[in-house]
Amino acid sequence: MTVLAAVKSDALPEVASQSSAAIVKLPQPKRRPGRHPAFAGQVLASVVPPLLVITLILIVWQIACGDPASLFPGPLSIWEQSRELIVDPFFNRGGVDKGLFWHVSTSLSRVAIGFSMAALAGVLLGVWIGANKWALRAFDPVFQVLRTVPPLAWLPISLALFREAQPSALFVIFITSIWPVIINTAVGIRNLPQDYLNVGRVLRLSSAEMFFRIMAPAATPYIFTGLRIGIGMSWLAIVASEMLLGGVGIGFFIWDQYNASRISDIIVALIWVGLVGYALDRFVALLGRFASRGTAAS
Amino acid sequence: MSSYLSIENVSVTFQRAGVVSDVLRSISLAIEQGEYVSIIGHSGCGKSTLLNVVGGLVAPVSGGVILDRREVAGPGPERAIVFQNHSLLPWLSCYENVRLAVDKVFGRTKSRAERHDWTMHNLQLVQMTHAAAKRPGEISGGMKQRVGIARALAMEPKVLLLDEPFGALDALTRASLQEAVSEIHARVGCTILMITHDVDEAVFLSDRIVMMTNGPAAIIGEILDIVLPRPRCRVAMLEEPRFNQYRQKVLDFLYSRHAARAA
Ligand SMILES: Nc1ncnc2c1ncn2[C@@H]1O[C@H](COP(=O)(O)OP(=O)(O)OP(=O)(O)O)[C@@H](O)[C@H]1O
Ligand SMILES: [Mg+2]
Repeated sequence: MTVLAAVKSDALPEVASQSSAAIVKLPQPKRRPGRHPAFAGQVLASVVPPLLVITLILIVWQIACGDPASLFPGPLSIWEQSRELIVDPFFNRGGVDKGLFWHVSTSLSRVAIGFSMAALAGVLLGVWIGANKWALRAFDPVFQVLRTVPPLAWLPISLALFREAQPSALFVIFITSIWPVIINTAVGIRNLPQDYLNVGRVLRLSSAEMFFRIMAPAATPYIFTGLRIGIGMSWLAIVASEMLLGGVGIGFFIWDQYNASRISDIIVALIWVGLVGYALDRFVALLGRFASRGTAAS
Repeated sequence: MSSYLSIENVSVTFQRAGVVSDVLRSISLAIEQGEYVSIIGHSGCGKSTLLNVVGGLVAPVSGGVILDRREVAGPGPERAIVFQNHSLLPWLSCYENVRLAVDKVFGRTKSRAERHDWTMHNLQLVQMTHAAAKRPGEISGGMKQRVGIARALAMEPKVLLLDEPFGALDALTRASLQEAVSEIHARVGCTILMITHDVDEAVFLSDRIVMMTNGPAAIIGEILDIVLPRPRCRVAMLEEPRFNQYRQKVLDFLYSRHAARAA
């Protein structure tokens, strides 16, 4: 918000001086350091185009679906029909009748648990497989096949195994997101520069030290590539499987609204799903950038 | 055989895709404590391989290396290596790179504070204390190589192995690093085995120059003793007739008698 405010205050004097020939006080040249206008310009350049496109989409959408008889609601009728859902994500009237925040947080907590397990198991397995030439050769085709199985295809097996919704959901997340983590970690370990290993050998590092001081940091960028793909797949998996599992969660909410024929609520929920998925992706990417500061720079 | 470091009948062959290639054939070399020995030879003749045998990273098919009356088996910090491309760990700062080595080698014998001081002392030796907190990605190639040398020195090695330590540097940086190494050698008195491509560098720094013939199956062609007073001054060397004679001899070996085959 402060950034936007800065943009405005910067842009205003210029607009004013162009639009009228009256005497306009020019901004004092030394008021800000010279970098700020450039920075503001960058922010402007990255914020304005998406805003324009979104506005355009909304307008086209409204024109196409504005007719009250239309089967699909336009933006304005969504605003009318689902106003409570949009403005108050925190209401809670018990049962399924809750704000979207609560549905999303249920789904997110499942992702948190299932994905943490996948991340941990995936990294450990990936390291083991990456460090063993034969293990990599033997397992790689298996992983390559398994990783293409769509999340929902695991659900029947998962239900047969666990019988209950919660563990089944966790398992589906786990099993869909583990493959990219394993594969990328293994590749990272495989691609370790021999020089780094030689440094470790000259210092006679123990295997644990070798792992934590050399291999793990060197493979960090690869590991995070895997984690980033994995978390995206977790989110795909959970939303889809909740639609079938029922009970709680954003996926179930969407299914429930479908049964109640409340298309406009579904659209609001979809926007939430998209935004949360995007946030998850950015979060892991940011974490990765932080964790592999030096490594990526070389 | 009572030399400090002796390389005895070392032969190395590599096998790649079923093709066996002789790289080194029966190399023997004796080096005294505190000596500065350079190995020079054309690219691909097996210099790095020989250095790695001493470092313990490559096992010879026959023969062996004895350092201070012990046979070398595998790598270890008493034979510190400065690699051709510095190979600092990029996720650690310069200080941490050196400290990793110090902690590993002196973890039991020195206190925390002593290890810190020893790390800083070695960075000081290569004049890199000002960049201690920087990561390798943030400093120049010459500075990285300095930190690599500091890391190796910090292990207090019996022998320091330098694999073309200045190869990737510009002439000015190279000259200043050569002086730094020369000064450290005088101060610390360590035994140094260095690989180089540069004839001037070899003559300027060494007590002896080992000239290798071209591979495959390279052997030691000739060994040249460099009898020049230390400390050596780069400018004064230009007027020193012996310096030029030595250069001539090495150049003659490399370019007249063992010219590189057309690559
Ligand atoms: N791991 C390996 N496997 C197979 N062949 C190898 C291996 N390492 C080196 N060689 C071969 O051994 C020969 C000597 O290599 P080496 O790296 O010792 O040469 P060098 O003298 O250090 O060359 P340069 O001056 O270019 O560094 C080369 O022909 C190289 O192809
Ligand atoms: Mg080499």
